[in-house]
Amino acid sequence: MVKEEQETANRPDNTAFTQQRLPAWQPMLSAGIVIPGFVLIGLAFIGIGVALFVTTRSIQVLELDYSGVEQSSPCFKCSDTSTKNCVCNMNFNLDKLFEGPVFFYYGLSNYFQNFRRYGVSKDLDQLSGNLDNFENPTDDCVPFQYDANKKPIVPCGAVANSIFNDTFKLYQIIGGTKKPVPLDGKGIAWWTDYNIKNRNPSVTPLKNAFNGTVQPSNWPKPAYELDPTDPANNGFINQDFLVWMRRAALPNFRKLYRRIAEEDYAQGLPAGNYSLEIAYNYPVLSFDGRKKVVLSNVSWMGGKNEFLGIAYLVIGSLCVVMSVVMLIVYAKFKFPDEE
Amino acid sequence: MAAEVPRKKKKRKGRENKKTRTVLPNTLSEPNQRYANNQIKTTKYTLLSFLPKNLFEQFHRFANVYFVFIALLNFVPALNAFQPELALAPVLFILSVTAIKDLWEDFRRHRSDTEINHLDCLVYCREHRRYVERFWKEVLVGDFIRLRCNEVVPADVLLLSSSDPDRLCHIETATLDGETNLKQRQVVRSFYDLDCDFDPLKYNSVIECEKPNNDLNRFRGYIIHSNSRRDALYKVNLLLRGCTVRNTEEAVGIVIYAGHETKAMLNNNGPRYKRSKLERQMNLDVFWCVVILLVMCVFAAVGHGLWMFQYRGQRPVFEVLSPDGSDLSPITSSLYLFLTMIIVFQVLIPISLYVSLEIVKVCQVFFIHQDMDLYDEDLDSRLQCRALNITEDLGQMQFIFSDKTGTLTENKMVFRRCTVAGVEYSHDANARRLAMYQEIDSEEEECTSRGGTLPRRDSIGSHHSAPMHHSAPVVLRSHSTKSHRRTGSRAEAKRASILSKHTAFSSPMEKDVTPDPQLLEKVNDCGAQLDFLRLHGRPWSQLPSDLADIMDFFIALTICNTVVVSSPDQPRHKVRLRLELKSPVKTIEDFIKRFTPSRLTSGSNSSSSSSLATNRSSARGCSSILSSPSAESTLTKLEEEQQQSLNHAFSSTPPSYDRKLWQEGAKLRYEAESPDEAALVYAARAYKCSLVGRLPDQVTVELPQLGKLSFELLHTLGFDSTRKRMSVVVRHPLTDEITVYTKGADSVIMDLIRTEDTGKRRKKILFRTQNFLNLYAADGLRTLCIAKKTLNKEEYTYWLQRHLEAETSIQGREELLFESALRLETNLQLLGATGIEDRLQDGVPETIACLRQAGLQIWVLTGDKQETAVNIAYACKLLEPEEEILTLNANSQESCALLLEESLHYIQTKFLSSSSPFFQPPSSSSSSCHSLPFMVHRLGLVIDGRTLAYALDRSLEDTFLAVARSCRSVLCCRSTPLQKSMVVKLVRNKLKVMTLAIGDGANDVSMIQVADVGVGISGQEGMQAVMASDFALPRFRYLQKLLLVHGHWCYSRLANMILYFFYKNAMFVALIFWYQFYCGFSGSAMIDQWYLIFFNLMFSAFPQLVTGTLDKDVSSETLQRLPQLYRSGQNSEGYKPYMFWMNMLDAFYQSLVCFFIPYFAYADSDVDLFTWGTPITTLALLTILLHLGVETKTWTWMNWFSIIFSIFLFFSVALCYSATCPTCSSPSNPYWTMHRLLSEPLFYLLCLITPVVALLPRYFYRACQGALFASPAGLGAELKTGPVFEPHFLSLSELVKKDCKMSSDFSKAPANQDTAPQVKEGTGRTPLVVTPASTPLQVQTAGVQVTLPPAGGSQPVKYSRKSEEAEPWQSDHAAANEKQQLGAQASLPITV
Repeated sequence: MVKEEQETANRPDNTAFTQQRLPAWQPMLSAGIVIPGFVLIGLAFIGIGVALFVTTRSIQVLELDYSGVEQSSPCFKCSDTSTKNCVCNMNFNLDKLFEGPVFFYYGLSNYFQNFRRYGVSKDLDQLSGNLDNFENPTDDCVPFQYDANKKPIVPCGAVANSIFNDTFKLYQIIGGTKKPVPLDGKGIAWWTDYNIKNRNPSVTPLKNAFNGTVQPSNWPKPAYELDPTDPANNGFINQDFLVWMRRAALPNFRKLYRRIAEEDYAQGLPAGNYSLEIAYNYPVLSFDGRKKVVLSNVSWMGGKNEFLGIAYLVIGSLCVVMSVVMLIVYAKFKFPDEE
Repeated sequence: MAAEVPRKKKKRKGRENKKTRTVLPNTLSEPNQRYANNQIKTTKYTLLSFLPKNLFEQFHRFANVYFVFIALLNFVPALNAFQPELALAPVLFILSVTAIKDLWEDFRRHRSDTEINHLDCLVYCREHRRYVERFWKEVLVGDFIRLRCNEVVPADVLLLSSSDPDRLCHIETATLDGETNLKQRQVVRSFYDLDCDFDPLKYNSVIECEKPNNDLNRFRGYIIHSNSRRDALYKVNLLLRGCTVRNTEEAVGIVIYAGHETKAMLNNNGPRYKRSKLERQMNLDVFWCVVILLVMCVFAAVGHGLWMFQYRGQRPVFEVLSPDGSDLSPITSSLYLFLTMIIVFQVLIPISLYVSLEIVKVCQVFFIHQDMDLYDEDLDSRLQCRALNITEDLGQMQFIFSDKTGTLTENKMVFRRCTVAGVEYSHDANARRLAMYQEIDSEEEECTSRGGTLPRRDSIGSHHSAPMHHSAPVVLRSHSTKSHRRTGSRAEAKRASILSKHTAFSSPMEKDVTPDPQLLEKVNDCGAQLDFLRLHGRPWSQLPSDLADIMDFFIALTICNTVVVSSPDQPRHKVRLRLELKSPVKTIEDFIKRFTPSRLTSGSNSSSSSSLATNRSSARGCSSILSSPSAESTLTKLEEEQQQSLNHAFSSTPPSYDRKLWQEGAKLRYEAESPDEAALVYAARAYKCSLVGRLPDQVTVELPQLGKLSFELLHTLGFDSTRKRMSVVVRHPLTDEITVYTKGADSVIMDLIRTEDTGKRRKKILFRTQNFLNLYAADGLRTLCIAKKTLNKEEYTYWLQRHLEAETSIQGREELLFESALRLETNLQLLGATGIEDRLQDGVPETIACLRQAGLQIWVLTGDKQETAVNIAYACKLLEPEEEILTLNANSQESCALLLEESLHYIQTKFLSSSSPFFQPPSSSSSSCHSLPFMVHRLGLVIDGRTLAYALDRSLEDTFLAVARSCRSVLCCRSTPLQKSMVVKLVRNKLKVMTLAIGDGANDVSMIQVADVGVGISGQEGMQAVMASDFALPRFRYLQKLLLVHGHWCYSRLANMILYFFYKNAMFVALIFWYQFYCGFSGSAMIDQWYLIFFNLMFSAFPQLVTGTLDKDVSSETLQRLPQLYRSGQNSEGYKPYMFWMNMLDAFYQSLVCFFIPYFAYADSDVDLFTWGTPITTLALLTILLHLGVETKTWTWMNWFSIIFSIFLFFSVALCYSATCPTCSSPSNPYWTMHRLLSEPLFYLLCLITPVVALLPRYFYRACQGALFASPAGLGAELKTGPVFEPHFLSLSELVKKDCKMSSDFSKAPANQDTAPQVKEGTGRTPLVVTPASTPLQVQTAGVQVTLPPAGGSQPVKYSRKSEEAEPWQSDHAAANEKQQLGAQASLPITV
């Protein structure tokens, strides 16, 4: 034994690994596997596609553009930026029950919330209630860091400064009278944003924390007075503020404004006439933007979107077609040989 | 001016002083502290210098500078795209990985340094007046060191004393040069006669020697004694660091060079770095990536400018002012954006590509190292990869330049036949014996147990006419190793066993020579006559001249060499058989003294006092020649005395003693520096002329009937490749004449033979010997001529005087000695010639055939003579009998030019007229020569060294190449090392092909270094070739697997990996690029910066490494069975420029899919930026991994594991990352994003469809490729598993289809036609090619064969069988001769 060892001191290890002989699966891309595979994938996709398509068909969506570009629009008068506190009404009619819960969105088009320098312009530490950052907001917020008097802006940055400030009221018109539809603004922001990420400084009253700071230039009122009705909806944990701060991915987006799920409207909006009262403040026409209101209900897979269902159907069919093509090509090669 | 001159002089003086080193002993003076001590430090860094030095080195790599530049760009607030600190992460990661690797290597070096530095040795201590144990690192220049047996020499030590009675020290230099034979080192001459132990305290000489240098084979200097006498020092006085002392109980020396100044350390070069072809191609594509990057950035910048421009002063609310509150102009803004985009898109330049490549290559080297098939059991050696970064080049070779001796042949020299004095002794029995050995060898291969072979060898040996000598050595050998093991330590035993295997020249095949009966009779006759002459006091000259020639011939065989004798009982022990102690002639005084009567007296006295009698001088007086006139009278007197003593000596030798000695002689082992020498000594022993002892000044020979004779060895003029001969100068004990025996290449010796005033007989001998030499060469034997010359005293004195001058000079000693040797070796008398066979290594013809089938062109460059080389070429199938041979032998530049023109013309007329498309005139050829369509088959080119020298001239090289390229095989004979490298360089540079040079000897080193890949055979000629090589193989035949399998794998793996890398990065970056259209080209990214930065480093890094290391597109068996598959690598089919662009296109397509499916799926929703971006990241990752899956040909558990691990890693990192730190990592701030996504069904629906859509085209393409239009590689892969595993109707049709495909592939070279040359090629050798290449009809018949399931199953087997049938093994010489004749007939009549 010893002798053998000595004689083979340089002998390599003879293991499957070192000899590159690990058991291996070789995926054979032969027609026998590929064609049935394609058929199977195709059929499965068609199945999913049909399900998605049916689901998304059941979703109801109502969109109302209120930018006031056309003169016929009730909001045309408000589109002039010189008018202050302009209110306009949009009327619409529902043929059938708009099934609840109905989500009330506002939508903006051609609005680049994903612009890089815009997106950076906020102070996460300030928003989490760090008082140091009240006095010295981060440099990211430039030029919305300090005002002309070198007073720190809280909340600082372009995102906060440009908060969407149109407000909406929805009325059902029953026999000429306006019955307000209750809009639920609670829990429209991410739970984590409201409870963990954004925090007000633990100073009571909240107002004192903002001493020595100024509100963003576009804001009519300071952060601690955003919602006079609910003290828990002020400061950095104001739901509308949170929704706005979560930047949209694409230049055409909608953001959740309210939910309609209370009182008489728990089952949805019944058929009938409605009036939407809009406090028109937000200027969008200067950059060719559009504003709209969207009412929608949702399914298990989110809002109305027919794309995915169609995509599944198309791809599934494509797979099946390809497999048929391959089969034909095969047949051509196969039969001459067998003769 | 005047002032400057002296300064200059001073300077020169200073330099002159610097040229030598003075070593004083440390016992007398202060230690020689200005010289380096023996501590070695091979580490590159210290703790302090590590960071700066390592960083400095890393920044030599351009990519690193680029990435640091980008990271720094991030710190400019106007440009930053990521958090600056985060942007540093990838660069730091890459830098630190490399740094850690360097640090680890350095640490290992440090550890081994420490280990070596703390070895013990005995150093003389002045205070204690004895030797004390010290660490190696404490040894200083000037220290005295005592070395014991088996100790390793700690520094370069000048040998001052040895316990050996001959004042020798034996060392083994295996660690330095790999040569395993023992070498002798001599004590410095001044200390030669020191009888008592060496006392360092009495030493008071000064040593002057040259500065430290790295030449292992040179040492010059002199020692100055206190009496100001000078003695020269030579290489033989120096023990080099790293050598092991053997067979010498004790030696003492003084340290001359220590530590880093030792020759061993100066020779220690790090691994070599080469850049592979693939990497060069890759760098070009990296450059294209840069271009793409810039285009994308410019596009984005312009887009941004336009986007800004459309607002024209009406600033939207989402646009942010510059810090100073002013509006940025669109142009400034887009300039800034350009730089920002570079940061965002930086991933397009694959930062981790270089690191990944290095990792994969290291793994590949590991696997090549580990391959059992490349391990040689007999030699216990395996392949070594010495260059770590050119593994993929192995798969792209186009030309192989091979040495012959030792590379194609075994370098086991076997004595075949000889001619003495014009009479040929054919040694038929010997030839039969060798033929039998060949059979045994082939049987042996099948025999697994090594033990089983030994007895069989014995039994074969007993068949011979003289069994006594044949079986004995074998048995003794195995005994000897055993006894050695019992005594020595385990490690030593191991070493011994390796040595016994490595001692190449001792296989029974080489040792046992069956004597030719005729010659044996003559030798015996000669011995008897000499005996008779001696008994009757008659002079040696009365011997018949043919017998005298025979005697001289065998004496020359026996003593004209540097063979060391050792006894079999202790394999490494030199036989201590000392008859007389005397130093060789070194001074004129010495010479005169020795040849005066007083010296003779003392000499005879001493000889009579020794136990065995010597025949120091013959009965015939030599007074007339030797004695000076003044001493003549005394000489005559002493002559008589001597004769008496001689007679006394002879009578005292009992007759039985001879017998015993003879047996002893048979047991002796010879250790030679070259196998030829050993072969000759063994041959002489077969005629009972055996070498029994060799000392520096004396050779003892045992002659039949005469007993032992001691030849006083006056000089040995060693072999060198310029002279091509060696000589010994001895005093012949029988005639007392000074005789020169010379042995060397026939070409040189024949020119030195004295032709004027010689007898008719001599001329006849010369003529006949030349004839026999030609015959031998035609037989493929290596020829050596043996000659002698007797000198009279005047001649000798005259020569000696100048020789001594040469020996003692320090500068230009080599040249002077060379000239001195030239002066001596003239006017020789031819004795005879020998023919030695060098057998082909196993599997050489098959390997050559296989490599040729793989599209490799093989050139053999050898130093052998033309006839020998041609014959070996036939034997190894380099030349085929049906080939025409162009032989180019020219004597002048003009004739060479003419020859080349004629050959070119011949080729053109012959092959162009038959409308061969292969040949193109050289003028238009250099552009497209990387493919090999120029080969004209059935044509071999043989060119000799002299003609080659002309042909390599600048004016002729193009023509030469044009001719050579048209030939299937090229054989350059008689080429010098320089020519070899010039040929390689020429082919490499002019034809732009990948070259591989393979060789085993020092003469191949330059060729190996010049070639793209150098391969060394770690055979029997030392390690110089291996040291210079990139890969070292034990045998030539392993080249087949190394190239065809490992080369192919490494190449295809790396090619795929690099393409994948480019694809991966482009695909990922393009996602962000598409997004720019939706964010106003603002450089915003929807992918979180962390994902963006770590995507390459973490999430998608492992699977590609695994695939790059383990993937096998074709199995090893198939690759070897179908060597044609190698051509894909030669044509760079794994990585073509269009593939890069195809991958880029695919990357852009896939990224479009991965971008727009989520885009449309989330269109018009309230999704926020990163909740939308994270699914895109996930989809990209899945797509990228599945893409790799599509490209992976073999899935082992490691592939599965790595892919699953990557996905798992991504999700777990994403989950952790989005669950920590709600306020960090602005602007993305992904808090809870991933968790939310995982709860949405939409996310999963996207994950399902997107990768499918993204990969559909590629998968469809692969499926079509795999199922319908198989590439040869794909075919091979399926051949392995066989059609059995596949559904019938499909697989069969596939195979047929593939056959067509293959045929078209092989005939691709001449893409536009399908005529003669292929058919030629096909009928010539590869049946595989014949069938498909001829006509469509035949394709179909092949298809019919395949369609039958059993035939289809056996198809692969059939290939190999057919090729075997077509190439039967023909190695016997009869066949070779026949072929040679054929070749000669066919060869052109243009030989000048």
